Amino acid sequence: MKTDKQTLQIAFSKSLTILFSYLFVAMAYGMMMEQAGFAWYDSLLVSFTVYTGALQFVLITFLSSGASLLTVTLTALLMNSRQTFYSLTFLLEFNELPLPRRLYMIHTMTDETYAVNCSLPLNQPNRKDVMLLVALLSRCYWLIGSVLGGILGQLIPFDLMGIDFCMTALFVIICIDQWENATVHTPALIGFGVGLGALLVFGKNSFMLPALLVTSGLLLLMNKGGAK
Amino acid sequence: MKHTTVIATILVTAVTTFALRAAPSVIFHGQRKMPDWLDRLGKMLPSAIMAVLIVYCLKDIGDDWIGIGIPRMLAVAIVVFSYKWKHSTLLSIVSGTAAYMLFLPLF
Repeated sequence: MKTDKQTLQIAFSKSLTILFSYLFVAMAYGMMMEQAGFAWYDSLLVSFTVYTGALQFVLITFLSSGASLLTVTLTALLMNSRQTFYSLTFLLEFNELPLPRRLYMIHTMTDETYAVNCSLPLNQPNRKDVMLLVALLSRCYWLIGSVLGGILGQLIPFDLMGIDFCMTALFVIICIDQWENATVHTPALIGFGVGLGALLVFGKNSFMLPALLVTSGLLLLMNKGGAK
Repeated sequence: MKHTTVIATILVTAVTTFALRAAPSVIFHGQRKMPDWLDRLGKMLPSAIMAVLIVYCLKDIGDDWIGIGIPRMLAVAIVVFSYKWKHSTLLSIVSGTAAYMLFLPLF
């Protein structure tokens, strides 16, 4: 790939919004990992292999509480299924790329890179190179943030007890965004209702799996009903 | 948690996440259209799952309604109001988390 300076400049300016949110959220992630007893290289490993925002936070609690692999898989499936739809948008374009580069573009498809890719005009010069560089830069921000957070967590002299609340805060914010953008609020209400119900019935250590299963089952039924 | 279990958990998450991102390439080849019901499910799922996850975040409240419950609910209120006010992710996460860390020893 020929990378001229101009393409790099465009990609960098496009990635600036991602820079701030990724560095910050990844640092919170690294600190929460550190507080849960994991080292910065553990955070680096997860950020390197998994590379997904919200799910990495849930993974910390799964790792420290020892959730079953079934719960882990189902949570990952349901939380990240939206990214299947992201890759679908760029399917035809990605299929023109050589295999290693296609795999990289698929791996780096996150909420934020998707949003930036969607904002690129179709006649953008070197469009695919800009996409690749945005993906590469964003991934670097995320990795740097994770490591920095872990190291800062060790250096900060006071106790980080309660830092895990940043996950709750992040999810509440995502929920508000989704609520504001939605015309129908039934799915969110079903999630809250089933979640609370399952928590009461199954207890806090084993309610996630039934809650996720019942929630997606109910949504499926709703869909089938709506199709008629 | 045993080290092998930690690695297995990370690996399973990584493979599942990659598989989801790669699914369209494998299943749909050049054909762009998804079945309608799957498309609609995909639009509804994220907000429902996020709601379940918020319940998950607050599941420990029952252990100690005052010591954990009050700080958590106050901090959640701060996140909601600050986000409704400024719509800044940074401001809301920092103020909510800082408030929670300050409240925790108070109750």
